[in-house]
This record gives sequence, C-alpha cells and structure tokens, in this order.
Amino acid sequence: MTRHLAAVALALIALLSNTRADAQQRSFTLASTTSTENSGLFAHLLPRFSAATGIDVRVVAVGTGQALALAVRGDVDAILTHDRAGEDDLVANGHAIDRRDVMYNDFVVIGPKLDPARIRGMRDVKLAFRQIASARAPFASRGDDSGTHRTELRIWQASAAHVNWKGEAWYRELGTGMGPTLNTASALGAYVLADRATWASFKNRGIQELLLEGDPLLLNPYGSLRVNPDKGPHIKNEAARIWHEWLTSEPGRAAISSFAIDGAQVFFLPDQMPRG
Amino acid sequence: MDTLSQATADAARLIMSGNADLLSAVKTSLSVSLTATAFACVIGAPLGALLAIRAFPGKPAALIVVNALLGMPPVVVGLIVYLLLSRAGPLGSLGLLFTTKAMIIAQVTLTLPIVVALTHRATHALWKDYGDALLIDGAGTGRTVLTLLAMARDPLVTVGLAAFGRAIAEVGAIMIVGGNIRGHTRTMTTAIALETSKGDLALAMGLGMILVALTVLVSGAAFILARAADRP
Repeated sequence: MTRHLAAVALALIALLSNTRADAQQRSFTLASTTSTENSGLFAHLLPRFSAATGIDVRVVAVGTGQALALAVRGDVDAILTHDRAGEDDLVANGHAIDRRDVMYNDFVVIGPKLDPARIRGMRDVKLAFRQIASARAPFASRGDDSGTHRTELRIWQASAAHVNWKGEAWYRELGTGMGPTLNTASALGAYVLADRATWASFKNRGIQELLLEGDPLLLNPYGSLRVNPDKGPHIKNEAARIWHEWLTSEPGRAAISSFAIDGAQVFFLPDQMPRG
Repeated sequence: MDTLSQATADAARLIMSGNADLLSAVKTSLSVSLTATAFACVIGAPLGALLAIRAFPGKPAALIVVNALLGMPPVVVGLIVYLLLSRAGPLGSLGLLFTTKAMIIAQVTLTLPIVVALTHRATHALWKDYGDALLIDGAGTGRTVLTLLAMARDPLVTVGLAAFGRAIAEVGAIMIVGGNIRGHTRTMTTAIALETSKGDLALAMGLGMILVALTVLVSGAAFILARAADRP
C-alpha cells in the first residue's frame, strides 16, 4: 500500500515539474499594481506590445508592496510600480536594475457629496486632511502598504504633527486593494485617497464623488524595472528587456498617452504634466 | 435596473456571446479543480481507509490533526505553497509559480484532509461490521482497503463532491499561487474577485451565478454516474 502511494507521489512530481527551458522567451511575467490592471491600461497596452514583438506578457496585479517582494524573490521578470523610494531601494540592493520613469497619474480625494469636512474644490491636500481630521469625518485608508497607502501616510505626516489620525475611530484601516477600499468607502460615505485611473473606471460610486485634485503632492509616478538577471537563469531577461525598452520608446509612449477612460487621458508621460 | 436583474442580464449576455474570457475562466476553473479533486481522492481515499483499519500509536492524534486541517484557511495554504514554489523557496527550481499546476498543488493540499477525514468516517463503521470477515478471508491490507472503498462507494461520491466544492469555491489560495493572469490562471472565483474590486458588482454577481450553475451541473453529473454504476 505505502509502495503504491509512494509511486503515485513520484508520478505526481514528475507530471508537475516544469523544467522545460523556454529558450525563445515568448512570454514573461510582470508584477504590477492593481491600479494599472483595474483601470484597463494593460488591456490597452498589451495587444499593441504583443503585435509588435510576439511576446506574451503575463500580468500579476498586486499591491506595490507585494510586487516589490515578488521581484526580490525572483518570482517575476519585471515590475511596473509606483513607489519611488521602494523602487530605489530595490536597485540599491541589487534586486532590480535600470529603473526608468514610464508615466504619471495622480491621486484624487474622493468623498461623499454632502462633504461634511468641506474640502470640495480645495487645492491643498494637507489642509484638506487636517479638516477631515478636525471634522472627525470617516476616512477609509488602504492600510495595505501599497503605493497609494504609502502616499496617504506621507500626506498625513506632512499635514501637521498635532493632527491625530492613527487609531482614531473615524480613521478606518481596511487592508484591501483600491477597488475594495472604494467599495467600502462608498458604503460608509467615507473620504478616501484614490488613484485617478481606478476611480475613473470604478462603477460602484453611489453617493461618492471627486472632491479634490491638482495638488503637486498628489503626483503618482510609475517606474519600470527589470529584475536583476543575476537572480538565476530562470529570469526571462531578454523578453523583459524588450518590454522595458518598448514602454519607454515612441510606440510605447504613444500607446500610454492614447489610453483614455470616458474620453479622458489618465496616464501622462514623464515630460507631460498632469492637469493641475 | 437593480443589481440583481442587471447581474442576470450580464450572465445571460456573457453565456450567449460565448465570451472568450469567460470560456477561458470556466475551463481553468473546471480543469484545475477537477484535477485537484481527482488527485486528492486517489491519494486520500486509501489513506482514509488505512486510518480506519490500522491501529498504531498516535492514531487519535493523527485523527485530530486531519480533522483540524478541514478548517485550513485557503489563504494560508496559498501562502505555504507560494513559499515552497517561490524561486527563493525549496521547490523554486521547478518553475511552477503562477501556473495552473501550482494551483492544482494548492487545491490538492486544501482538499486532501477532507477526503482523508470523510473517507475514514465512511469506512470506519464498515470495518467494525465486516473487518472480522475480511480477516478470516485472509485479505491483505491492499485488498481490504479496496474492498472497503468499494463498499463505501455511495458516501465516497459525496466525499468527492465535498472536496470538489471546496476546490471550485476557493479564491484565497489560487489567487496567491496562480496570480490571476488573464487567459492563463484566471478562474471564475479570481475573476469574480477582480470584477468586485473594479466595482462592477453586477458583472461579478453574473459570473457568480454562472459558477453556481456549473457546480450544480458537476454535482448532477456525479450522481447520475454513481447511479449508472450501481445498476447491475
């Protein structure tokens, strides 16, 4: 009996191993953020890239924190993320190489139409956060160490030392992605920091609307990095390099700036400034 | 239109149009979960029967552990399998992460305790009633296990369906080890999670309706096959 079980287990392992070399590198794996996937940007970019190069991009869309961790472990071949400090750390520690600015989008503050903290139309996001805190109006935080969450924390810290937010009942740390956070904020009537692309394609808006935009603090730069090929022969360095070059080349730039949601451009090239 | 009727309309539209993303997700869901269930049954059913007929020190502890594993959260199984299959992990050289094979491994891990525990339960009583007869008959361990499993084939259909149900319904494990890659590792449940995160609740619910209909079909097919096998 045990012999049979051992045979089954061995057959299972043989069947499952996937060591066949992919010499042509017709595909590679890219870790990116939920904002780029959920907004439909990849559905717009990837067919153009594949038509030009014949390379299939397998996108794993996760929070920026997880995307950076996947790169450190060598589980993906390239990343497209939005946390400049984290990306620079990756390069400094030899996990990734050749970071390039690809595009910008910007964050916006979403909140209930009734706007209890009266921030509609303000330009200064630090001041707006201070007003939300003093109104004790519900605020939904990503709380998931994503690029958006890290930006939110930087704004709170900059907003003034005497503002209490952490641990307050009105400050809800959700620990979820952008979409689920917007869903929850919509149900709570809470203020929330969101990237413009996800908000523009988000369907379950309920009583929520865009209240604040245009503060330079809200700029959200995306960087493309290749995972260091020294991590091993499994890294599909050549396919990843072709993607990396394409993204920053003329056809890639044209594809990024032609992506629109309801007629509005949501990702801007490094040499174009977003509106505001 | 309210969300539920919108969901029904979305589900109907997707099925009618033969949407390629939908077909791919249905195919991935079914092939991953059916394969995982098959492996879990082939490995787990004999183990469950062995647990019923063998006495060994630590058997109560083994039973407690197997039954406790019924409550393993899928996301924890996903994390364990991820750490094993990650390039930086012990099985990283197999190159399985973000493939359907990784998803099958996760779901076998998740459903194996169900098959072992429920098969033990189903064969335990039979062993009490017929064990002596089998011993007198001089049956070896292998034949005894096979005889017990054959006698318990009715409850074993339910065991298989319970395992399949757990596999097809879970999202936590396959999201981590499969990566929800469109056209490759996207399943019905990970697609539902994705559409929910986009705020398209009607489309998510429509996909949910299709998934429930699929599981009803699989369960129906299993019962019809079991009945056909019962006929002399």
